Amino acid sequence: MYGWLWRHLPGPAALRAATVLVLAAVVVVVCFGWVFPAVAPHLPFNDGTVGE
Amino acid sequence: MSGRLRAGAGALGELMVTAGVLVLLFVVWQLWWTDVAAADDQRAAVASVQQTFDAAPPAGGGAVPAVVPAEPPVLAEPGQDGEGFAVVHVPRFGEGWQVAAEQGVGLRPVLNDGVLGHYPGTAMPGGVGNLALAGHRTTYGAPLGQIAELVPGDPVVVETADGWYVYLVSGSEVVTPDRVDVIAPVPGDPDAAPTERMITLTACHPRFSARQRYVVHGVLDSFSPRGGPPPAELGTGVGGV
Repeated sequence: MYGWLWRHLPGPAALRAATVLVLAAVVVVVCFGWVFPAVAPHLPFNDGTVGE
Repeated sequence: MSGRLRAGAGALGELMVTAGVLVLLFVVWQLWWTDVAAADDQRAAVASVQQTFDAAPPAGGGAVPAVVPAEPPVLAEPGQDGEGFAVVHVPRFGEGWQVAAEQGVGLRPVLNDGVLGHYPGTAMPGGVGNLALAGHRTTYGAPLGQIAELVPGDPVVVETADGWYVYLVSGSEVVTPDRVDVIAPVPGDPDAAPTERMITLTACHPRFSARQRYVVHGVLDSFSPRGGPPPAELGTGVGGV
């Protein structure tokens, strides 16, 4: 998977490494901004209220 | 054949490592980033509520003394979730510690901003019955992170546009999440007609779990109208600023 990605990225190794870093950063931002906030309410350790 | 097997195992391994890294990222987000993000929301929420307070009270003077509440003013309950109506001060949590209280107990738009949420239908500050507030014990700014440090006699000061309501902690309990009677007008007795003016705070328990709830009760001790000095329980330089 990562080998495939590495082989298909354009440019010299330095440019590929930079591209990979940018891609990783994008993944982190998307996770922090949208994925995790959407997932968290469904996990059972954040409810401080009483109710049915 | 063994070459394809090895390639398949390699891809599977990469997927599992990726999943592990994502779970680690989630833990970092939950334990660290939600606090970072909520810090701004918490400050904004306090500032937003304070804007609704007419003006800062004059320092000292003692013109209008604190009163034992015969009939303290009671705000109307906000109609909209996320509407702020009070700033809650808890000296036990640190000098100058304050957090906003907003209507509703949903995660969004209320609790995940690191503020306290008002259970709809429960009493408003100073009202006969039970002013029930929920808050996160961990993450999202953890407004009730120190709730277990409260002991009987500790003041919980609820500041509204009308003034300061000083509640004194009367006790605490750990209950299962289905125990809605802890926020009943008479805590523990859902059918009784209330005569006292109480406050109840709920948070999760144990920390980083939602298996139980940590519940603190208190009783209104005094009311200090705005225009007079803040109550002595707040110490100096706190409140109305």
